[in-house]
Amino acid sequence: MEQLSGGEALIRALQDEGVEFLFGYPGGAVLHIYDALFRQDHVEHILVRHEQAATHAADGYARATGKPGVVLVTSGPGATNAVTGIATAYMDSIPMVVISGQVESRLIGSDGFQETDMVGVSRPIVKHSFMVQNAADIPKTIKKAFHIATSGRPGPVVIDVPKDVTDPKVKFDYEYPKEIKLRSYQVPSRGHSGQIKKAVEALLGAKCPMIYTGGGVIQGEGCDELIELTRKLGYPITNTLMGLGAYPSTDQQFLGMLGMHGTYEANMAMHYCDVLLAVGARFDDRVTNSDTSKFCPDATILHVDIDPAAISKTVTADVPIVGPVKAVLLEMINQVEKSEQQVDAGALEIWWKQIEKWRERQCLAVTPSVDGTIKPQQAVQALYDITEGDAFISSDVGQHQMFAAQYYGFDKPRRWINSGGLGTMGFGFPAAMGVQFAYPDALSVCVTGEGSFMMNQQEFATCMQYGLPIKIVCLNNEALGMVKQWQDMQYGGRYSHSTYSESLPDFIKLAEAYGHVGVRIEKYDDLHSKLKAALAMKDKLVFIDILVDPSEHVYPMAIKGGAMKDMVLSKTERT
Amino acid sequence: MRHIISVLMENEPGALSRVVGLFSQRNYNIDSLTVAPTEDQSLSRLTLTTSGDDARIEQITKHLNKLVDVVKLVDLTEGAHIERELMLIKVKAVGAQRAEVKRTVDIFRGQVVDLTASVFTIQLTGAGDKLDAFIAALGDNVVLEVARTGVSGIARGEKTLAL
Repeated sequence: MEQLSGGEALIRALQDEGVEFLFGYPGGAVLHIYDALFRQDHVEHILVRHEQAATHAADGYARATGKPGVVLVTSGPGATNAVTGIATAYMDSIPMVVISGQVESRLIGSDGFQETDMVGVSRPIVKHSFMVQNAADIPKTIKKAFHIATSGRPGPVVIDVPKDVTDPKVKFDYEYPKEIKLRSYQVPSRGHSGQIKKAVEALLGAKCPMIYTGGGVIQGEGCDELIELTRKLGYPITNTLMGLGAYPSTDQQFLGMLGMHGTYEANMAMHYCDVLLAVGARFDDRVTNSDTSKFCPDATILHVDIDPAAISKTVTADVPIVGPVKAVLLEMINQVEKSEQQVDAGALEIWWKQIEKWRERQCLAVTPSVDGTIKPQQAVQALYDITEGDAFISSDVGQHQMFAAQYYGFDKPRRWINSGGLGTMGFGFPAAMGVQFAYPDALSVCVTGEGSFMMNQQEFATCMQYGLPIKIVCLNNEALGMVKQWQDMQYGGRYSHSTYSESLPDFIKLAEAYGHVGVRIEKYDDLHSKLKAALAMKDKLVFIDILVDPSEHVYPMAIKGGAMKDMVLSKTERT
Repeated sequence: MRHIISVLMENEPGALSRVVGLFSQRNYNIDSLTVAPTEDQSLSRLTLTTSGDDARIEQITKHLNKLVDVVKLVDLTEGAHIERELMLIKVKAVGAQRAEVKRTVDIFRGQVVDLTASVFTIQLTGAGDKLDAFIAALGDNVVLEVARTGVSGIARGEKTLAL
């Protein structure tokens, strides 16, 4: 058996776990680990410029690949800088393992230099955490961490490693466990057949059915089964912000995204449905609107989720099914096939006619400006046309995020990378880096706004170092657009600290300062050609600064306190 | 409604803080809490009392179950159960008061476990409402200090909370 130090064992365990990339930033408490990293070439370390970006990059990698993202940061500020990224991953159930350095065991609790109680600080935003006490515990701790992070409802796991545990002078016999069993942690492997039977009966008995699915279908690799079931039934389907791409957006049965900025037809169909099948979705307040008593008033609710705590948390399920979405959907397909009951074709036809009427409203139609100013929606539409809907789109948070979700149709899962639950500005750019590392030849686009972009713009340097040819599509409205929209709608247009046009940098020069390319697009007539040329620069990071109409709002928009059918459709129309 | 939830959890550092943290994080309240190792040194048993409607209690038990350190749990109030709490209480006892306090202690089947010329220290065991009644019976101006353990409980009959 091989004798390794704690630092060496940690890196070796990552190798044994099949880790390709480690996103990190060195510091005092992790120097032994970094030295072990230097003396191997299996795990590639990516040096970011801020620990928050390390977590977002690992997160983007995880969302695009389905594999866990791995992060290494030092103690104290290194660890606390990672917190926003950990919380982002936690809210969206992204598998992530974060290794944080800690001061030497003897100093813990003494307010040592760069000491933070990372296990304590991160406790509410992790699936689980460990503090390693002995070097010999490292292999099994890493094994447990990856097992917990990636199984069941995935999530981030923190491993806090005191410096003395990685001491190069203290060696032990290294062996990586093949399997790990945790008596207190079991993951369901299938759903309850009786419950599934009840759900299938309700589904087949529906007159106005609706399928509503979330990020869980993507995380649980259940997209093929979802498509099969949905097509077999011929029912309408909507995806949440986190679930986009699980069902092809170009399919006739797809009604678009639902929720606060969902389509008119999706939200109306939700409100008026009589049976709602919810899969891997959590009835988040951005979906249900604030008053859940008005949510889907006539619907029998069938809820499939791997996390029992997600069921009946905000909306009571009539038929709860706890289990992995893939296995449950498969069993549903089988039961639908075997059932003597048939879909009520007559009722379904009437329901679809109603939905088509809602569709005719064309809630996402864009009115071009008279003076040639680019509408932000047009920029996303152009991006979709040029990339033929086949790019990886990472986004930040705000109006541009909603425009990207509404106007870039996703036909495949794991192409839409955004911070849905936490709503983290600054997420998009580093996430796009993670995507690009995972797929070096793919087109990794970050759709952002100038506000969000400035929250992690230091990563220009990381992209320079690793030659990442990311395309940044910045919908520049010279303001914090979503804040401004709310100030327009609810605060009499008083733009309290949401504008800064006088102090924006020249993004073209900024990009060029890092050896990247900057392109500015100001008029609609140039949009398509200039954007196409910029996206065609294969080996270059291109910052595409698109000046868009600053007065544009995101619509439809849910009316606070209303039901899903209550929406503002434009600056002058309401449902 | 008041519920008594007993939790078997890994006897690991940080396990207790995860349970307590869950309650504050999700805005649940803890009325009392007691925790100690079990006959199996690798397990601790934590018993807490909380209150809320059925939906809230369901969420509390589901979220507790999700914690990786939690092995098993039971809501004792769902079935027949025995509930006990131990109280040590220091009371003023001078002159005629001494006999009066002693009589009250006897009625409640408590024990005087320590005394000085002016103070009795009494031990009393029972369900929470019995301890409340004892304090009320003594009267406000007699009680000097109260130390209660919080509720512990166990199901009646053959039902067990064990691995």
